[in-house]
Amino acid sequence: MTIKTYREAIRDALAQEMARDESVVLIGEDLRGGHGGNAPEEAKVEAFGGVLGVTKGLWTQFGSARVIDTPITESAIIGMAAGAAVTGLRPVAELMFMDFFGVSHDALYNQAAKFRYMFGGKAKAPLVVRGMIGAGFSAAAQHSQSPYNIFATTPGLKVVVPSSPYDAKGLLIQSIRDDDPVVFCEHKMLYDMKGEVPDESYTLPLGQANYTREGEDVTIIALSAMVHKANQVADKLLKEGISVEVVDPRTVSPLDEEGILESVASTGRVVIVDESAARFGFAHDVAALIASQAFHFLKAPVALITPPHTPVPFSPALEKLWIPDVDRIEAAVRQLMEA
Amino acid sequence: MELNTQQLLKAYRKMREIREFEERLHTENTSGDIPGFIHLYTGEEAIAVGVCENLQQTDYIGSTHRGHGHCIAKGCDIHAMMAEIFGKDAGLCRGKGGSMHIADLSKGMLGANAIVGGAPPLVIGAALTAKTRNNGGVAVSFTGDGGSNQGLVFEAINMAVVLQLPAIFVFENNGYGEATGHNYAVGGRDIAGRAAGFGLPAVTVDGTDFFAVYEATAEAVKRAREGGGPSVIEAKAFRWHGHFEGDPGLYRGEGEIERLRADHDPLKIFASKTAGTLTREALEAIDAEVKAQVDDAVIKARAAGYPVAESLLTDVYVSY
Repeated sequence: MTIKTYREAIRDALAQEMARDESVVLIGEDLRGGHGGNAPEEAKVEAFGGVLGVTKGLWTQFGSARVIDTPITESAIIGMAAGAAVTGLRPVAELMFMDFFGVSHDALYNQAAKFRYMFGGKAKAPLVVRGMIGAGFSAAAQHSQSPYNIFATTPGLKVVVPSSPYDAKGLLIQSIRDDDPVVFCEHKMLYDMKGEVPDESYTLPLGQANYTREGEDVTIIALSAMVHKANQVADKLLKEGISVEVVDPRTVSPLDEEGILESVASTGRVVIVDESAARFGFAHDVAALIASQAFHFLKAPVALITPPHTPVPFSPALEKLWIPDVDRIEAAVRQLMEA
Repeated sequence: MELNTQQLLKAYRKMREIREFEERLHTENTSGDIPGFIHLYTGEEAIAVGVCENLQQTDYIGSTHRGHGHCIAKGCDIHAMMAEIFGKDAGLCRGKGGSMHIADLSKGMLGANAIVGGAPPLVIGAALTAKTRNNGGVAVSFTGDGGSNQGLVFEAINMAVVLQLPAIFVFENNGYGEATGHNYAVGGRDIAGRAAGFGLPAVTVDGTDFFAVYEATAEAVKRAREGGGPSVIEAKAFRWHGHFEGDPGLYRGEGEIERLRADHDPLKIFASKTAGTLTREALEAIDAEVKAQVDDAVIKARAAGYPVAESLLTDVYVSY
């Protein structure tokens, strides 16, 4: 095991899959960065390596035919990736900030997600769309959203939301090898997070939850950056004798319903922590699952912790209030224990 | 370039297949047995066939919601197409696609596409595959004059220029985007001229003339296969039927359709241009064969079974 950041784990996955399979190509804005421009060629090599440096080094390793810098044109990027996927490549398209999906959504929502069904099972679109989600950077309303709930409403799309470097690498390799279109959501606040990551290639199945803490009293269901806050609460309360189980579904679609319901059945108390929208979000979908399948196990109403139903504010003072925090999670757990 | 007799007969047969298929659908649709929307291609046969006769089975095309003609020209099975349009399990997409989504990837047909301007972004992906694999393949998108006003179409063209992709963007200017005339809706009116601004060869041809379309496409295909990058072809033609079946066509001029049928029939134009080479008997023999083929397709499609309930839940994901 080596200690790597979430960013390095993702780069590892991309490099290893590109080396393994020639049909894997990367498509996006400034994946290298430095094409065109007036600086001498040697100075601007991999000027960016992706806007947050995730793809740095890949252009040097694989060249322009496989690390494809595009104009700033998300619609054409995702459309091209969809067309390339259905004709035999395995493109990994980068949407930079997931917030930008709006202008390019047709290619996912109406095209790639539907090819297989609409064409009677005779097509597949093995495409991965990578992008950043998450608040916490004061990046304001158009660069801080977590719209994985929107992708998950489209049948045919798989939606992956890794919370750790280990998960990021294994889930990304699986996503690239998967024959379905996958939206891979990387939390921007996790890029520098470190963890143990094997150097060799490995996969983690999509649709399988991970119990990051095991416990008996309360289940917290959380995704991505929220998992760490939930773990923090679990660790703290354990000292007081409150035993909290933390379930990280890791993929929003397909959802490990069984894995979630099993934990709910054993604890009977549930807190769901979610950074997607406060209405029609992941939390509400899981709450509905529990209400319809596990109501008889519940000892108290399900607690939902989400941001308010507002755009993400810019000011750090407001943004801090907007993001579900440890105190709110802890308070919810305590309240359930008293109920 | 000279086409031999066999090639000419094949081109005529394809155009006749499209004509017969579409006119037969026009009739069959009145029975109420065809679900959903039908958009007919009659009057534009020379474009689909003029383009696709330059392509190999391994080349790709992306189509429009008016896609039957493109499917036939690219070699899709007429029986399976008809069954698909009737919503039957024997259909090309097992009854899950219908008229607006007919696809056959084994024939390089990436699908009719119910999103206006949907094909160009997908087709640059198919062109990227061809370029990445260096297999000499090309990919062609069909888009209407209506689609030419979608911004994404021009994002795709720009991308094709930047990456020098073997892509050809065919604009079928049939004069109407739904019920709105292109004279009103296309700013500047000149689609090829607009596209040329992106820095690629763009020509306008008579889309009722098979030979004009064929030659322009041949040049674009040659350029693309040789690594010379993308091209645009605007083909001007006419749509003989409504936007969809059932459209009363209140936006049409008086006698407009009758004049089109008399003066701008791509099949008649083809027959007259090939009169020295192809005999009337030969063409009439094709007409009769195609009619029998389409009759048979309708009979079989009507008799075919609907998909079973279990298939409702299949083909969402490749794997769970």
